Amino acid sequence: MSAAATWGGVAAIVISATAGDVLQASAMREIGDLGAMRRTRGLAAVIRRVAGSSRFIIGMVFMALGFFSLLITLSWADVSVVGPASASLTFVANAIAARIFLNEDVSRRRWTAALFVALGVALLAS
Amino acid sequence: MSFRRYLLLIAVAVFAASGDVCLARGMRDFGAVSVANIGGMLPALLNPWIVCGILLLIGFFASYLTALSWADLTYVLPATAISYVMMALLAQRILHEQVTTRHWIGIALVTVGVGFVAGGPTRTTRPSPDSRDKEELSATAGGGEA
Repeated sequence: MSAAATWGGVAAIVISATAGDVLQASAMREIGDLGAMRRTRGLAAVIRRVAGSSRFIIGMVFMALGFFSLLITLSWADVSVVGPASASLTFVANAIAARIFLNEDVSRRRWTAALFVALGVALLAS
Repeated sequence: MSFRRYLLLIAVAVFAASGDVCLARGMRDFGAVSVANIGGMLPALLNPWIVCGILLLIGFFASYLTALSWADLTYVLPATAISYVMMALLAQRILHEQVTTRHWIGIALVTVGVGFVAGGPTRTTRPSPDSRDKEELSATAGGGEA
């Protein structure tokens, strides 16, 4: 498979994973601390509360799309390239999406970290 | 942050790296899969490596969701970045993939970059306009009472 096919696969993973991550982070923030809930109300109550969240379900659909994109891409490309590259680019996309959609305060320090990540990805891709 | 929460972040990294490597090992038994031949992936779900990978990724998912319930998304992802290093080591040992010096420098930069933010606060959420309105209202009410 060509490099273009590999990076097309990585792009599909990143877009799906970012949408899934943001939706799930939003759902978990709405629900609250799962560890505390499990200790006070039990595991079954936690599972019911999480599975009943529509944001979580839509996030799962995007995560599933990302998962199958990962499986297909791993069948023709090295995991040591696809794994770090897709995860790192997802991190950068998540930083942007978290600021826009989750109102997270992404500081200068976090943007500097994103630059390190982008440089690392460039080396992995070469 | 409590010791239990640090353990949870380590679990996220270990499950993610080992799960991805198991999936990659399993998919090697089936060769290249195209979108047109997506049905050919169904037998892969019975492969022990794929089953093991899926179980590990379920463990990853449970620990990841728990971490997201008390920390920012932009905290959890960087804090678990050590999984990239674990993944490269496992890929070299189990899959016999070639990890070059250039790859190692890339992995180090990624890890340093994402690890840079791990020491910061777990929650940095900016108040939404709605919650700001509520804060202003409660401050006004508090001022009136005083």
